[in-house]
Amino acid sequence: MLGTGILQGMVETARNFVGSYTDEARLTTVEYPEQRIPLKEATRQFPFLVFDGSDPQAGLRCVACQICEKECPPQCIFIEKSKDKKPDYIGKPQFYPATFDIDISVCMSCQICVEVCPFEAIKMDNEFELSTTDRFGGLLTHKQQLAKPNEHYHKIHPTEAAEVDARLAADKAKAEAKAKTDADAKAKAAAEAKAKTAASPFPAIPVAAT
Amino acid sequence: MAGKLDQLFVALKHWAVGFFPEAWQPLVSILLSIVPIIAVFGGLFAITTVIERKGLGRIQNRLGPNRVGIPLTNIRLFGFGQFIADGIKALIKEDVVPRAADKVVHFLAPIALVVPVLLGYSVLPFGRNMVPIDLDAGLLFFFAVGAGTELSLFMAGWGSRNKYSLLGAMRAIAQMISYEMPLVLSGLAVVMITGTLSLPKIVEAQNAYTGTIAHWHVFTPWGLAGFILFIISSLAEANRSPFDMPEAESEIIAGYFVEYSGFKFALFFLGEYLGMFAVAGLGITLFLGGWTAPFSWLTWIPSWAWFMGKLVTIVAVFIWIRGTVPRLRADQLMNFAWKFMLPMALLNIVVAGLWHFTGREGWNMIVRWLVCAGILIVPYLLLGRALETKFVKRVYRYAS
Repeated sequence: MLGTGILQGMVETARNFVGSYTDEARLTTVEYPEQRIPLKEATRQFPFLVFDGSDPQAGLRCVACQICEKECPPQCIFIEKSKDKKPDYIGKPQFYPATFDIDISVCMSCQICVEVCPFEAIKMDNEFELSTTDRFGGLLTHKQQLAKPNEHYHKIHPTEAAEVDARLAADKAKAEAKAKTDADAKAKAAAEAKAKTAASPFPAIPVAAT
Repeated sequence: MAGKLDQLFVALKHWAVGFFPEAWQPLVSILLSIVPIIAVFGGLFAITTVIERKGLGRIQNRLGPNRVGIPLTNIRLFGFGQFIADGIKALIKEDVVPRAADKVVHFLAPIALVVPVLLGYSVLPFGRNMVPIDLDAGLLFFFAVGAGTELSLFMAGWGSRNKYSLLGAMRAIAQMISYEMPLVLSGLAVVMITGTLSLPKIVEAQNAYTGTIAHWHVFTPWGLAGFILFIISSLAEANRSPFDMPEAESEIIAGYFVEYSGFKFALFFLGEYLGMFAVAGLGITLFLGGWTAPFSWLTWIPSWAWFMGKLVTIVAVFIWIRGTVPRLRADQLMNFAWKFMLPMALLNIVVAGLWHFTGREGWNMIVRWLVCAGILIVPYLLLGRALETKFVKRVYRYAS
């Protein structure tokens, strides 16, 4: 019959209306600044730079390879390479970024920089309260603001961070093992060479010396 | 005491007018009728915007606005300061006029909406002896100025020189002309029964009691049908959901006032709400007994309180409907107007005539009730079925 559907709908909305006053569980929203819903682990807003250890600038994982700068679709990253090198987590000497700026008014949160980074140095942050009174300077974030410790990464994306740490540890172990075998091989080669010289009928020390 | 309270505002006005010299008194008297109307209904508009947002929020299981209170304090007033903040925002916003717009028409459109709407209030009886102008043809006057708002909407739509505006204006015109017909015809039944076009006399005709129940027109078959038809068409006339197709934010952004900003937009908003109150007030006057009480033992409550109470109730129902029913499509709207509303309104006139000429005593009364209700209910079912067959589930021949 015409009109019954509307009446049913009106009963339903009336039930919602009354229910929202009597049953707190019905309310789907929270009063934001005071109450907050915990963020989902996959939340992402804008990138940040991960550092290890205690010094934010010395511990940066970034090696200023500029892959993210080239891949960034809206071109919001600006990197200046350093002149000198410093050792990275494996101990290999690497460049570091003298300047690393991200314009978050341009950034579109696509996460491509994170995907292309070979050094696990740039990750997505979940910080979303970024309003500022200065719309030009205030939205251009520098290396100092971007650098955040690995613990922060563990806090916001635990699963992902654990994977990354495991991978880095494996890399490091592999590098160390390789270094060790290399060193062993070198030592062995040296020893062999030494033994060879010792065992040879002609002593290494030339006769002429005596 | 009750009589004094009932005539409080009338007495106040007489007292205030007495302070002025003889020559000024008619002018002051008019002013003292206009200013309270603008103040009271402007205030009601302000409160309604907040209540509507809170009500819609609750219907959707949200809290709604609950923060704005008195500035610089922690007093929040449950968010009822919201309309002040909105008003200040509307006042200080930039007034953007499109370069291609017809400046004069664009400027006049909001005024052309608010003025006729306010004129409509001049014939409404807000209480006993509380009618600004007691026109003999008050109902006719109301419908005449009410039709003037259509001009304003088209001025806004055409003057903006924007395609969305024009689409919205054309939708508005099509809708308002279609629903003007059932609106007037449902009011006509009342005129047939009472034999007058004067709104205070229509209220007087309902101010009688059988036992304890009042003679409101809504308590008769033709009155109930007329009231429902009137409310549906007044929703359409006020451009309110589910008939808010001229605005249709999701399709044509905001229809005819897409190019309006700042205070002109606020004027449109005000005009729309004042129009809604006016048409609801007319509905109360025609069918719900105006300022009369529903039961004879409730007559001690002042007449103006009854009018405002009924008005607020109808506005609450409008908000409830807005929270429930989704927007109609253009063809559904037209089908509903011409294939359901108009035949029902015409039938209602026949029933009102029958009601007028049949007996009122004993068995005649029961027969009259059954016949009149039957004449309305059977076509309602048949027309409703015909209308519902239109809304079958759509079958996609190639895309499914």
